[in-house]
Amino acid sequence: MNKRPIGTLSLMRRIFMRDITVAWRRRSDVMSVFFFFIIATSLFPLGLGADPQLLHTIAPSVLWVCALLSCMLSLPRMFEADYVDGTLEQLIISNQPTLLIALMKILAHWVLSGLPLVLIAPLIGLQFSLTNNELQVLAVSLLLGTPILSLIGSIGAALTLGLRGGGVLIALLVLPLYIPVLVFGAGAVNAISIGMSADGGLSLLGAMLALALIFAPLTASYALKVAVE
Amino acid sequence: MVSTPLNNSLSVNNLGCIRGERVLFKNLSFQLNSGRLLYIQGENGSGKTTLLRTLCGLSIPAIGQLSWNNQDIKSLAEDYYGQVLYIGHLASIKDDLTAMENIQFSLSLSGYTADHSQIIGALETLGVGRCAHLPTRVLSQGQKRRIALAQLWLQDTPEHTPLWVLDEPFTALDNNMINILTQHIEKYVNNGGMVIFTSHQLPSFNVSLIENLQLGDA
Repeated sequence: MNKRPIGTLSLMRRIFMRDITVAWRRRSDVMSVFFFFIIATSLFPLGLGADPQLLHTIAPSVLWVCALLSCMLSLPRMFEADYVDGTLEQLIISNQPTLLIALMKILAHWVLSGLPLVLIAPLIGLQFSLTNNELQVLAVSLLLGTPILSLIGSIGAALTLGLRGGGVLIALLVLPLYIPVLVFGAGAVNAISIGMSADGGLSLLGAMLALALIFAPLTASYALKVAVE
Repeated sequence: MVSTPLNNSLSVNNLGCIRGERVLFKNLSFQLNSGRLLYIQGENGSGKTTLLRTLCGLSIPAIGQLSWNNQDIKSLAEDYYGQVLYIGHLASIKDDLTAMENIQFSLSLSGYTADHSQIIGALETLGVGRCAHLPTRVLSQGQKRRIALAQLWLQDTPEHTPLWVLDEPFTALDNNMINILTQHIEKYVNNGGMVIFTSHQLPSFNVSLIENLQLGDA
């Protein structure tokens, strides 16, 4: 049979595109997380009443906590389907390192669950009467922070594969690790709103992203190997 | 083109596997060379699947060595995985993708890509050519099984894929399909391929190619 070899990059692209294709054919899964974020953030102005000052004060934390929760909602799906139908086995014994495969799946997860939040958050920020400057910092902090959520979350998702009640366990494993991201993400927006520089928080988020990028795929790939064994 | 005969070997030395508290098998040693077929027999629960998963690197043995051409497979890692085609109980087929997309993806995990016409050809041999562009969720179990088995037609050159590890390849297939698959496996082995498989009924393979391995007490 006449077949052509493909390189590492081509395989990485195929893994990423496959996840996107599968998600596109099951749009409701992705959309439900997205709408959860919109609805959860919109509940606060409704519940707290029309006090612009109060809303403005709590906006960064509300938006960040909701981003955290909606990211966590989609975590169980990161490896679950592949685990159930046997694709994960084939991914692990493919001729490429599991580390790179895990990285591509994390990237796909972020594009499907983190990136939409980055794009919609400034719009939602408007109903909390955030200023232009604050909206920009909010978007940047989410842009740096949501990939960390996907990266750290991948460890929890891989560790809880095949366990009963895995969803709750993921929350217990992952939420404590999300705390620094929340503190510095919301902190950066808070800093700009009281007239300080957001650089500190954003730089720390960047540093955490770099660190997570190195360690999370590695840890997740080991956990995946244990899960299929 | 002058082809040199393939001379690969998979050797298993003193292998033992444990599931939970139970010893599935121990002191298992054998060697398999190019052009040979290994038929693993055993009762349900005797460790056939665990052995196959260990042989392709998915499970780590409790004790013993596995070597490919005299090199430990743990140190070969991806270099070894790339040579093995494993088809297990799970079809590794995504319901939302078409048969064609599933096959292309599985093939790319082995490091290859093929033209659509080749994949259609393989599917037609398996009698599921019409299903190529249907989402696999509308297909029956037997049809999904055939789509998983299409890899055997797309990766049948022993120079690129010298070892097939097949877990119950004949389940959910009708008699005609079993014959086609048996002949295809024989052809691959005659070309210098190596096959390890489990099955509850022994299909009619040419006896001179086959080696037996009995797991469990029997």
